[in-house]
Amino acid sequence: MKTVFTRTPTLKDCPTHYCPGCGHGIAHRLIAETIDELGIRGRTIGIAPVGCAVLAYNYLDVDMVEVAHGRPPAVATGMKRTNPDKIIFSYQGDGDLAAIGTAEIIHAAHRGEQITVIFINNAVFGMTGGQMAPTTVLGQVTATTPQGRQTTSEGYPLQVSELLALLPGAIYVERCSVYNPAQIRKTKKAIKHAFELQVSGAQGLSLVEVLSPCPVYWRMTPVKAMEWIENEMTKVFPLGRLKG
Amino acid sequence: MSERILMCGNEALAEAAIIAGVDAYFGYPITPQNEIPAYMSRRMPEEGRVFVQSESELAAINMVFGASATGKRAMTTSSSPGISLMQEGISYLAGAELPAVVVNVMRGGPGLGNIAPSQGDYFQATRGGGHGDYRTIVFGPSSVQELVNCIPLAFDLADEYRMTVVVLADGILGQMMEPIVLEKKPRRKLPAKDWALTGAKDREQNIVRSLWLPEGALEKHNYKLKAKYEQVQKNEVICEQYEVDDAEIIVVAYGVAARIVRGAVNKAREEGIKVGWIRPVTLWPFPTEQISKAADELRIFLTVEMSCGQMVEDVKLAIAGKAPVVLYGRPGGSIPTVEEILDKIKQLTIPTKRAK
Amino acid sequence: MAGKIVIDTERCKGCGLCVVVCPKNCIVISRHSNKNGYFPAQVTNADCTGCAMCAIICPDVVIEVYRDENIVPIEGSSKKTELTKERA
Repeated sequence: MKTVFTRTPTLKDCPTHYCPGCGHGIAHRLIAETIDELGIRGRTIGIAPVGCAVLAYNYLDVDMVEVAHGRPPAVATGMKRTNPDKIIFSYQGDGDLAAIGTAEIIHAAHRGEQITVIFINNAVFGMTGGQMAPTTVLGQVTATTPQGRQTTSEGYPLQVSELLALLPGAIYVERCSVYNPAQIRKTKKAIKHAFELQVSGAQGLSLVEVLSPCPVYWRMTPVKAMEWIENEMTKVFPLGRLKG
Repeated sequence: MSERILMCGNEALAEAAIIAGVDAYFGYPITPQNEIPAYMSRRMPEEGRVFVQSESELAAINMVFGASATGKRAMTTSSSPGISLMQEGISYLAGAELPAVVVNVMRGGPGLGNIAPSQGDYFQATRGGGHGDYRTIVFGPSSVQELVNCIPLAFDLADEYRMTVVVLADGILGQMMEPIVLEKKPRRKLPAKDWALTGAKDREQNIVRSLWLPEGALEKHNYKLKAKYEQVQKNEVICEQYEVDDAEIIVVAYGVAARIVRGAVNKAREEGIKVGWIRPVTLWPFPTEQISKAADELRIFLTVEMSCGQMVEDVKLAIAGKAPVVLYGRPGGSIPTVEEILDKIKQLTIPTKRAK
Repeated sequence: MAGKIVIDTERCKGCGLCVVVCPKNCIVISRHSNKNGYFPAQVTNADCTGCAMCAIICPDVVIEVYRDENIVPIEGSSKKTELTKERA
């Protein structure tokens, strides 16, 4: 019997704190596999956000830093500029990147920082108990939109990838998802491409937005959550390669 | 480069940082320190080093955080309102025990205030404007030469104690031109940065963090930081004093205010008044012992500040009621004159009406 | 049996994603909870082809997949695997 699938070394062999069915675990695996396949574990530095993935350094066996909420793109700038030979990636949730950290991600992109950003969009603030995020969809009930998100009071879901794709400094922007194995394979390809761009020294920022389930705060089973992404979320956040 | 050259404080401190080996400078425009980012944008690339004008001071301090986390010498400068935006970042630098140098060319506050010199950020610098128990080393230079001298020392202390070092200049010091000597000084013996993020090649992963969730873990971390800060208090106090031994009045002042006090004290001495001054150079760690010792004999202490009185509280703490402490403060970017301070000193010499 | 999977049932959180994604319905949720109180996934029949769909979607990466050498593996079936079936 040939081993067809097994845990990649950079993904630490330990349980995670993520809820059952949470997409972070999948994204961590894809990043770890990419790092091992590109053979860059020895020169990669990762940035963990404030949010459910704040403990990412317990699972990704590379040099990592945990920074203030929303500030990873600025920290990444400081790291990459002073260490151009290192591979810097920022792993952020929708609260971290699209709420408090909007200025940081826009300016890192607008400066064309040669970093890779993995943006996990699960349409809520997970760590703090399921509050509305900028990417919460209309009508979605959260801890802070008990009546469901309304345009009149909470505005519209923020399409970050489209926003960033406008900036010349962002050279690769793709939105993908993890709602089934085929989609997960596409996400792996996108993440790998984003890292390959940085490894090749391409001038500009690469960002992969991953639509990811949050079963607990969507109040759904993990299976239903994946279906909700496929049937509902992709209507608001169309999948595809927006740039590069 | 050891001959004397004429340079304004802002550019002098920038060149001093380059000589001290700063790897990266991140800044944002704000008067009265605009000359620094401008100077750095020209000189850093010349040295093959990093200059980034960030989108905000908040981003700048986080860029410092990133560069510092990889073991590089990183620095940012700003002025009062910008330094307020950096307080979150400074608290994270403290929690993650990352070295950094932050220069605050103070201006009038609060709010947008004005662009005149001020010392109104003393509390923010010495008590910490961010969250949690932490300290930063704080310098209060009072001449362009002293400003230049404390930059390499700031980088060494930052690396030695893995702390943020704040240099409090102000609008005058930043804009004023004075003849200075710029020399490359030998660095202290500094610990290796084996904690730095350089890529986990042939070693375990390094993690730079400030989150300590398990019960008791953060308490332990806080005690570790506290022990470090106590070392700094024991070893790194810098304070200057003049004509204190026979003095009946002692004026305590730092930075530009101390220069004006020097003029007033000299004049008072010429008029036969027994007055001296004490000038803290490190505002944290504060020279508590020197001031306390000076208060062992009955003297009147006058604190002169360009604020409504902030350092005066540290003076009172140091004196602990042994002697009276009077404040002469002028806030809002106003600058006290020699004559005003001389008058104040003279008022303190009028013998009290009670017993002779 | 062209393939085989091994599930680390102690670390599985019983999310059920592998159950619905398996084209051969080889996986069900066990009635016995593990030490963390989750009801983990377990393999039931021998129809596994080693396609690794379960392992790909597993958020906790607790599934190892093996495949027979001599049997041509079905490389990611072209048919789009919808998660239509809901397995209790």
